Amino acid sequence: MLSAISRFLHFKLTVWPRILVLGLAVAFAGRSGTAQDTPLISGGGGFLTSTNGGNTTYLPIIEPLIAAPLGRHLLVESRAALLETFTPNTSLKGGYDASFFAGLTYLQGDIKATPHLTVVAGSFLIPFNTYNERLSPIWIGNFQDGPLILNLGTLSTGTGVGGELRGSAVDRDSYSITYAGFFSARSGNEQFNSERSFGGQSSLYLHRARLEGGLSYDRSLQGMQENFYGGHIWWEPKDTGFRLRGEGARGHHAQGYWFEADYRLQRFGGPDSWIGRFEPVFRMQQTFRRDKIVSDGLPLENTQRADFGFDYNLPHNWRILTSYSRQFSATDNRNIWETGIVYRFLFPAWKGKMH
Amino acid sequence: MTRKHILAFALAAGALAAPISLHSKPQPKCATGSGKAQTANAQGANAPQDQGQKIFDRNCSRCHNAPEGFSPRISGTIVRHMRTRANLSEQDEKELLKFFNP
Repeated sequence: MLSAISRFLHFKLTVWPRILVLGLAVAFAGRSGTAQDTPLISGGGGFLTSTNGGNTTYLPIIEPLIAAPLGRHLLVESRAALLETFTPNTSLKGGYDASFFAGLTYLQGDIKATPHLTVVAGSFLIPFNTYNERLSPIWIGNFQDGPLILNLGTLSTGTGVGGELRGSAVDRDSYSITYAGFFSARSGNEQFNSERSFGGQSSLYLHRARLEGGLSYDRSLQGMQENFYGGHIWWEPKDTGFRLRGEGARGHHAQGYWFEADYRLQRFGGPDSWIGRFEPVFRMQQTFRRDKIVSDGLPLENTQRADFGFDYNLPHNWRILTSYSRQFSATDNRNIWETGIVYRFLFPAWKGKMH
Repeated sequence: MTRKHILAFALAAGALAAPISLHSKPQPKCATGSGKAQTANAQGANAPQDQGQKIFDRNCSRCHNAPEGFSPRISGTIVRHMRTRANLSEQDEKELLKFFNP
């Protein structure tokens, strides 16, 4: 009971003021916005279960995202995560232990500086490889959990506090080149925890081939002062429903890769037929330790994991995710079963009038 | 495989069966924007729409499924959000906004 009260007080004292600030920004945005620039609330909610090594964990989660334009050049956006984890109590008393978490994933201001440059300030997602920025929201990812190498290059928390310059460097009919560079200060703030670091990313996308390749680099400027190198490749042939994505990353003490193939069965009656909504997914991943110094969150032993998923895209923005994974390492081999249902929402923050 | 796993997969299978039985009409091919964009596309309409569709395919639908329609009042906000997330150029941003609001 006491812990519930302290959790509530903690939430009230640390998260609500930030939500209030964001709410005020949204309110002001409403005064200055144009007809199509009403602030929006988006995100996803879901109920996920995971059985790992025989223990089943239940996870109700909601990840709201708010985006509010302030004038013609500034957009304030933020994503939060609120979740309760129910894990089996392995002591004699049995039952489940619950733990609640609420926190902002990022809170940033995007300033449109030039046609090819956006300046980002605040707490932002680290632009290293693709998973952290593009695939981590629960309403996007094909699997419930991220790849094993997610922590390589994303500097423990996945977010930086400082500034970022990003945009489209070149945009032609046949190809485009994008870039992002950031500097983050060290922050011990509970909601905006980050490492002092800098880095960047660039990618080339060939439009006709639907092929993207990119390179990432960042360096932690505190503690072990590690360099991280990453590369990604995505191939999504036109009108086939097939997607192949992969990433590799290397740090001082560990390295690894993952690749994921998914195929939406849209050739059988289109993507919205009952069978076209099925989406088999496969992911293979491996991590390798280069030494026994643990600084990156990767498994302590070399690990191989194969994930077999079967997703179903229900009408009205619902999605079912199921998967079975087999993980091999020197210390133990294990089965991981996951099921979940996710809903994606997107609506204006309030009713407004079209001009 | 324990009873829990069987139960979990039975629930998932039940959830899969629901839309199959309830499914009555196919969804539009490209579910974006206010609905007008979908109609224009379905009719094979004009060049700006085709260009907008291309930009949508190139930048948005590579990462996520298109949401099944949204209010035109937030189309500008979505495009501004995507400018940062997908590193859109200003030209792409304009084309995408036109595509959402034909």
